[in-house]
Amino acid sequence: MNILFAPWPWYIAGPVIGLTVPLLLLIGNKNLGISSTLRQICAAVVPGNISLFNYDWKKDSWNLFFAAGLVMGGFIGGVVFANPKNVDISSSTINYFKSFGITDLSGLMPTQLFSWSAVITLKGFLMMIVGGFLVGFGTRYARGCTSGHGILGLSALQWPSLVATASFFAGGIIFSHFVLPYILSL
Amino acid sequence: MKNIKYLIVGVVFGLALTKGEAMSWYRIQEMFRFESFHMFGIFMTAIPTGALSLSLIRKWKFKTAEGKLIVMPEKQYHHGVIIGSLIFGFGWALTGACPGPFYTQIGSGSIVTIATLTSAVIGTWTYGKFQKHLPD
Repeated sequence: MNILFAPWPWYIAGPVIGLTVPLLLLIGNKNLGISSTLRQICAAVVPGNISLFNYDWKKDSWNLFFAAGLVMGGFIGGVVFANPKNVDISSSTINYFKSFGITDLSGLMPTQLFSWSAVITLKGFLMMIVGGFLVGFGTRYARGCTSGHGILGLSALQWPSLVATASFFAGGIIFSHFVLPYILSL
Repeated sequence: MKNIKYLIVGVVFGLALTKGEAMSWYRIQEMFRFESFHMFGIFMTAIPTGALSLSLIRKWKFKTAEGKLIVMPEKQYHHGVIIGSLIFGFGWALTGACPGPFYTQIGSGSIVTIATLTSAVIGTWTYGKFQKHLPD
């Protein structure tokens, strides 16, 4: 297969992700962090009289450009040079999905679960709308997400970020094992 | 346009998330079920790469492109680090995405992730609205 279309192994993707930490510091003293873009959107669109959103968001507009870059990176990697094959997940994960009737494993996301027609079903509403809400609420409560705490904070050896990373992994593992199966069987 | 450089770094980061499949719902489920090393390999190479780079920046007292001293990132502890991260973890398991992957999912053609992202913005706004009533 053409090398441009093939997915990257973890030992390529990981270091490239890690290198954004020094890169952002070197080009402008910026801290990698993406959940702050959600706060930026709130501040720009509906700040209300909420103290969390009343600040000069335009001063931090660099991260909105960064987010635009993420969309473009997704387009280049997922559309222009899309991997024609399914994601190479383990056979036990494939069997787990099949046990819930998720049989179309093409692309990067299962369209059986993530589509406009699914948003209005209970299952789709829980997975997309409730799920998204929890991500936005939780990351701001924690003041950081996988990038800000998990990559940047841990790279800078900040112990609160280790607590955050352990907590969001714990949340994900607990939820995946004890709650998600009930939602997938809806 | 001084912000274009951040857009370019974003493209590289987004490409790594997409081509590394770290924004794939399949990979996130597989990770939480411990059924592959892939995602753990990404974290276990990304963090040491970042840590090593930061220690070199510190050691050689690198300056920014404009000649300013580099400020080392600091994260303060508050209880929200635990409570908020647990809540975020639940959402991560549902959507298969943290905030960065929302953007790359949209770019990669999962247009419906716009609904998820919008809901995340509402979640952030709701946190801001009730922040003073929540334990910090």
